[in-house]
Amino acid sequence: MTAVTTARFGTRTGGSRQLAGTGTLLRLALRRDRVMLPVWVFIVAGLVLSMPGALEQSYGTAAERADAMRSMNANSSMRALYSPVFGDSIGALSAWRIGVYAAILAAVMSLIIVIRHTRDEEETGRQEMISAAMVGRRAPLTAALLAAFVANAAAGLLIAGGMAGQGSGGALALGLGVAGTGMLFATMAAIVAQLTESARLAKGLTSGVLGAAYVLKAAGDAGTEGGESVLTWISPLGWVQNLRAFAGERWWVLLLIGGAILAQGALAYDLAGRRGVGMSFLPTRPGPAQGKLATAGALAWRLQRGSVLGWALGFLAAGVVFGGMAEGAADIVGDNRNTRDIIQRMGGQSGLTDAFLSTMVGMLGMTAALYVVASVLRLHAEETSQRAEPVLANAVGRLRWAAGHLVIAFGGALLLMLVGGLGLAVGYGKDLGPILGACLVQVAAIWAIGGLAVLLAGALPRAAVAAWAVAGVCLAIGWIGPALDLPQAAMDLSPYGHLPKLPGGGMEWAPVVVLLTIAAALVAAGLAGLRRRDMIS
Amino acid sequence: MTKAITVSGLHKSFGRTHALDGLDLDVETGEVHGFLGPNGAGKSTTIRVLLGLLRADSGAAQLLGGDPWTDAVELHRRVAYVPGDVTLWRNLSGGEVIDLYGKLRGGLDRARRADLIERYELDPTKKGRTYSKGNRQKVALVAAFASDVDVLILDEPTSGLDPLMEEVFQTCVEEERDRGRTILLSSHILSEVESLCDRVSIIRKGRTVESGSLADLRHLTRTSVTAELAGPPNGLEGLPGVHDIDVSGNRVKLQVETDKLDAVLRSLTDSGVRSLLSTPPTLEELFLRHYQDDDVRNDKADEMVSR
Repeated sequence: MTAVTTARFGTRTGGSRQLAGTGTLLRLALRRDRVMLPVWVFIVAGLVLSMPGALEQSYGTAAERADAMRSMNANSSMRALYSPVFGDSIGALSAWRIGVYAAILAAVMSLIIVIRHTRDEEETGRQEMISAAMVGRRAPLTAALLAAFVANAAAGLLIAGGMAGQGSGGALALGLGVAGTGMLFATMAAIVAQLTESARLAKGLTSGVLGAAYVLKAAGDAGTEGGESVLTWISPLGWVQNLRAFAGERWWVLLLIGGAILAQGALAYDLAGRRGVGMSFLPTRPGPAQGKLATAGALAWRLQRGSVLGWALGFLAAGVVFGGMAEGAADIVGDNRNTRDIIQRMGGQSGLTDAFLSTMVGMLGMTAALYVVASVLRLHAEETSQRAEPVLANAVGRLRWAAGHLVIAFGGALLLMLVGGLGLAVGYGKDLGPILGACLVQVAAIWAIGGLAVLLAGALPRAAVAAWAVAGVCLAIGWIGPALDLPQAAMDLSPYGHLPKLPGGGMEWAPVVVLLTIAAALVAAGLAGLRRRDMIS
Repeated sequence: MTKAITVSGLHKSFGRTHALDGLDLDVETGEVHGFLGPNGAGKSTTIRVLLGLLRADSGAAQLLGGDPWTDAVELHRRVAYVPGDVTLWRNLSGGEVIDLYGKLRGGLDRARRADLIERYELDPTKKGRTYSKGNRQKVALVAAFASDVDVLILDEPTSGLDPLMEEVFQTCVEEERDRGRTILLSSHILSEVESLCDRVSIIRKGRTVESGSLADLRHLTRTSVTAELAGPPNGLEGLPGVHDIDVSGNRVKLQVETDKLDAVLRSLTDSGVRSLLSTPPTLEELFLRHYQDDDVRNDKADEMVSR
C-alpha cells in the first residue's frame, strides 16, 4: 500500500506544476501540527502496544486463552463490540481487542488532518494567499494527504515494530491495517472536502461515514461468528479485522484497502482539479432577505440544529441496529468466568440480554459525550472566530448568549439518549420503559463531562480543547478498560464507571445525584468565569 | 454639552504587552469624533473596553454615563458597533444577520433598513462567505445605521468599501450627526476623518498624544509657504519657527510653525510679494509628525499589540 500510495502522488496528477509548492506546504502542515500529530501517533500506537502485557495478565496460559476465544466468539455482544477472535495467541487476542479501535482512532486522526489542511484553509480564506503564490492547484490536497500519510506511516511502523515480538507477519499486518484504514479515511475526507464549503460539515460527514462503518461491522459480527457477514465486508472497519493479523494473515485484504485508497484518492484529485479555491460542488443557495431570528438562543439553534439532527439520526439508527442484536446475545456457549467477568465489568449484573443492552446503552452514553463536548465548544468557536463580539455588542448579556448554546448542548444530549433508547427498544421489540430509564441515567455522566467543557470554555478558554481529551479518556476507559481488567481506581476516573448498570441492575440514586450536582457546579463555575473575564479577541 | 464617552487613565495589559498605557478620550454628545493612531496603538482595545468585551486593568471609562463592564447589556441597547473585519455565519443570509442584530439591539427601523440596503446596493439574500469583504462590511453598516441608537462605535468601518460606497457612508454619518447621534470613528482614511469629524484624538502606544478640533491641531503644526518676491529675501532664516527654508534667487520655499506665520509674512512683504502660495497642514502631515516621532527600534513593542 505504501509504495502504491507514494507512486500515485508523483504520476497521476498531471504534471509537476500542479504540485508546485507541495514540499513547502507539507513542511508547513507538519510545523503547524508538530504537537497534535505526535500525540495522536503515540496514542494510536501506545494503545496497541499496551495490549500484549495487559492480556498476558488476564489470560496467562494457553488454555485460558483458548477458553476465552471460544466464549468470546460465542458471544454476539463481544463480537459486535470488538470483533470475532481468530486465534488464541497473545498477538491474535491483541489484534482482536484493539485492532478495530486503533483503526478508528487512525481514521479520526486522518480525517482531522486532511480537512484541517484543505477545506479549513479555504473556509478561513488563508488558502487564497497561499494559492496566490507559486502553488499548484493540487498541491494543498497533496500536502494534506502526505501529512496524513506521515502520521499513519509513523503509527503503522511503531505498531509493526513494537508488536514484532508476537510474530513479525502479524505485526506487519496489524500495522498496515491500522495505517491503511487511516489513509482510507484520509482520502475519503479528501473527497468530502471537495464537496462542501464548510469544514465543520466535512468533518461531520466523514465522521458519519466512520460511525456507519462501525455500526455495520458490529451488526455483521453480531449476526455471524466468522466475520464473514456481508455487512462486515461492506464496512472498511471490517477489513481490518478480516486481515486476521497473527491468525493466518489474509494479505489479499490489503488489496481491498489499497484499492479503495487509490480509487478515493483519484476521485478527490479529479474533483480538486475541477474547482476553484473556496468553491465546492454543493454550492450555497441564497437565503431569505428578511430574517426571523430574534434572540441569541434562536441564533444558537440555527447554528447547531443541523448537527443535532445528524447526531439524533445516528443514535436512532445505532439504537435500532444494536437493539436487534440483543436477542442473540444470550446465546453464550460454555461457561467462562473471564467472559462473564468482562461482561459484568462492561455493565451487566444479571441476565445476559440485559447485560448486552446495558453495554449498548453505555456505549451510546459515552458517544454522547463527544456530542456534548462538540456542542459546548461551539460557544468557544463563536468567540474565537470573532462572531461573538458583535453579538455581545448588542443588548445581549454573556449569560444569555452562552445559555442559548448550553441549552442545545445539554438538552441535545438528553434528546440523543432518548432517541437512542427508543431505537434500542424498537430494535429489541420490548422493554421501552426500562431501556429509556437506563438511557436517562447516562445523562448524568454526559452532563458532568459537558459541565467540565463549560468550565474550560468559560473560565479557561485557552485550554478549552482539553475538553476533547477528557471525553477521549472517558471513552478509552469505558470501551477498552473492561477488557483490560484495569484497577478500579482507574475505572473510577470516568463518570460512567459510577453509574448503576441498567437495565437489569438495581437503580442507585446516589451517583446520579452526585454527578448532576457536579455538573451543575461546573456549569455555574464556567459561567461565572465567562462573566468575569475578557472576551478573546 | 454632556459627554457620551469619557475615558481617563485607562490601562490594559495582555501579558507583558501594555496595550493601553493611561489613555484618555472624551467624546461630546452629538459630535463625530475621529479616533486616530498607527496600527497597534490601542484603538480597538479601547473600543473593546467601551463595549464591555474587555475589562480595563485600571482607569475609568464611562459610556453614556454608565459603566461599560457592569451595565453592558443596558448600554448596548443604545449603542451600535461596526468592527473593521466583519465575520458572518456561513449559513445565514445578510438580511437575516441585519435583522438579528436589529432585534438583539431592541428593534430597527424597517423603512431605513430598506433604504440603506438600496443605497449600499447590498444583496441581502447572499450567505456568509459568498459576500466579498466590502459587502460583509456593508451588512454590518446597514445593521448599525438602521438601528435606533444614541452612539455609533465604528472601528475602521469602511475598510474594503469602494469610493462610491465610501461616499454613501459619509452621507450616512452626516445624517446620523444631524439626528444628534454621537459617533466614535476609528479610521485610517484621513480624508474621511477630515471631512466628517468635529474633533479628533490621536493615540500612540496606548496613550493620547493629541486631542481637539482639527483647527486646534492645525495650529500646532507647520504651514508651507512658497513665494515669489520682488527682491532677495531678507532675514527669514533668523525668524523663530521657520524650517526647511530653500531660497533660489527671488523664490523662497519654507515651512513655518502656524502660530509664527505672522512674522514671516511681514518679512516677505518687506521684500515685495509677487505671488504667494500658502498651504495649511493636512491631517496627513499632522499625523505623520506624530507617527514619525518615533524610532524604528521602539516599534517592535507596538507590533505585539495586535488590533
